[in-house]
Amino acid sequence: MIYLFRLIARNTLRHPLRTLLTVLGIVVAITAFGLLRTTVDAWYAGAEASSASRLIVRNKNSLTFPLPLYYGAKIRGIEGVDSVSAAQWFAGIYVDKKNFFPQFAVDPRTYFALYPEFVIPPEQMKAFLLDRRGAIAGRKIVEKFGWKLGDQIPLIGTIYPGTWSFVLRGVYTGANSRTDETQFFLHWDNLNETLKKVAPDSANQVGIFLVGLKNAREAPLVAQRIDAQFRNSRAETLTETEKAFQLSFVAMTEAILLVIQAVSFLVIAIIMAVMANTMAMTARERRREYATLKALGFPVRFIAALIIGESLFITCAAGALGAWLIHPAAAYVGRKYGTIFPIFNVSDDTVVMAMLATLLVGLVAAAGPALQASTRTVSEGFRAAG
Amino acid sequence: MTAVVEIEHLSKAYQRGGQVVPVLQDITLTLQTGDFVALMGPSGSGKSTLLNLIAGIDAPDSGLLRVAGVDITGLRESELAQWRAEHVGFIFQFYNLMPVLTAYENVELPLTLTHLSRRQRCEHARLALDLVNLSDRADHYPSQLSGGQQQRVAIARALVTDPTIIVADEPTGDLDRVSAREILDLLESLNDSLRRTIIMVTHDQAAAECAHIVRHLEKGVLTDKIEYPRERAQA
Ligand SMILES: Nc1ncnc2c1ncn2[C@@H]1O[C@H](COP(=O)(O)OP(=O)(O)OP(=O)(O)O)[C@@H](O)[C@H]1O
Ligand SMILES: [Mg+2]
Repeated sequence: MIYLFRLIARNTLRHPLRTLLTVLGIVVAITAFGLLRTTVDAWYAGAEASSASRLIVRNKNSLTFPLPLYYGAKIRGIEGVDSVSAAQWFAGIYVDKKNFFPQFAVDPRTYFALYPEFVIPPEQMKAFLLDRRGAIAGRKIVEKFGWKLGDQIPLIGTIYPGTWSFVLRGVYTGANSRTDETQFFLHWDNLNETLKKVAPDSANQVGIFLVGLKNAREAPLVAQRIDAQFRNSRAETLTETEKAFQLSFVAMTEAILLVIQAVSFLVIAIIMAVMANTMAMTARERRREYATLKALGFPVRFIAALIIGESLFITCAAGALGAWLIHPAAAYVGRKYGTIFPIFNVSDDTVVMAMLATLLVGLVAAAGPALQASTRTVSEGFRAAG
Repeated sequence: MTAVVEIEHLSKAYQRGGQVVPVLQDITLTLQTGDFVALMGPSGSGKSTLLNLIAGIDAPDSGLLRVAGVDITGLRESELAQWRAEHVGFIFQFYNLMPVLTAYENVELPLTLTHLSRRQRCEHARLALDLVNLSDRADHYPSQLSGGQQQRVAIARALVTDPTIIVADEPTGDLDRVSAREILDLLESLNDSLRRTIIMVTHDQAAAECAHIVRHLEKGVLTDKIEYPRERAQA
């Protein structure tokens, strides 16, 4: 037993460069695998974090068409509805287009009551409510742009022309790690008052209504009631749970996700081929030694353990390093592209999958050589070694 | 004297390109404990094949093969491996030491298949290295040793388990004259003073003269037998 480990350890270091390159390849592959899986997770993060007890009501024709404000009061009267709020996509540009972050004009009193996961200090909330030009921003973008409370934040309108200026009154933090901390909220009233003056046709309209339910299990029923209420009206509605709403965004990009997933498995397949080649080469060079060990009376399983052990030793060491690197790598990506992927957290599943993939690579790579070395008789082994 | 190797009507053929090539035909041979036998013959005559059969690393097609009192043709691969560990010491033309193990570790290696304690293993391995005069090279790796020294380590490895027979396939085939002489002297003294049974394949007349029985193989058939009196071998 002691010699088994001694032989494995020393054999591993026999070709330091070859081992190093193989290890490097596996580290990169496993880290890439982890990042790709995390990217897929990040895509679904919005849906994952969404609540099942909230409904989103939007224009049936298209999300880009608004709904009349007065629908809100009607929805509030529908059975099963607890509270209603509204939000309007603002789509302003902060200094440069690439500084994208989502902005919503909301009715603050009802909106934040519906979204307890946005945690705002009470005094900041009070200041925001008192200032019609006030804004609340998520911690991540505040840090990214170096904003401080009281700062003027100019946004160049795209849907609503002109340069709009807001005063940062509050910073919200997420109640948990799945909460998006990159959003920006302004007063819907403020937007609407301005629209009344400059574009009366666009006034008194909202993008979506957000509906809090008395009982989450009634979601499908209440959604039906809401849509029935507005059937055959000027703007028909489409109501779905927040999760379904988020997933419909993901669905638009599903093809990309499938590609990313496929690539993540491809990376594993490639490194498997690389490792299998390394092990085949290694076992080939050591045929004489395996034959000698067998002649001396070492059992077949000793030879197999020697080969599988070396393969697992290399892959597991490299895989552990790669899996460990997923976290810092993801943190880096999360920081750098935080506004594209507001939630970029490495799940335990991803790390476990990376480890399992490593194990699989090690076993598959060793299987062929181990089988060959253990089925060859001693004299065949010596003849093959020349 | 007791017979350690009993061979009767032993045959072996190989398949090559769909053709059956007979390698050993109807071999009958008996070796006694303490014998030092040299197997000679032209290249391809089947010397290595016969040696491999006796050593239990290849299987015959037909015939009787009893070595160390065991009919090894009836053993399964795992049993055969155990039997080899217990009864056979190997010396190869190309030494076949583990390159990642030191001289000492190479000698200790086969002892890990026995029930000896770590301390006993250490004692045996030191003793064997002493016997081949390489105690001062115990910590050297094979690549740091000359061919002759490597072969001496291999001899230490072959005798450390105290095997019933030692098989050597052209043990001097890869060595210069001086180193070869050292190895032959060593084998001779193992046979003389330690009564080891040795079967050696060789092309070298000088090597054959160390043995006291020389058998010739010709196209897979044993031909003449030359016996040297023991006194001469000892001289
Ligand atoms: N595994 C095998 N498969 C096919 N043919 C084999 C095999 N092993 C040996 N042979 C053949 O059997 C014959 C005898 O081989 P062997 O190695 O016993 O000869 P040898 O007397 O040891 O020769 P040399 O002096 O060259 O070592 C040769 O023709 C060889 O090619
Ligand atoms: Mg030969």
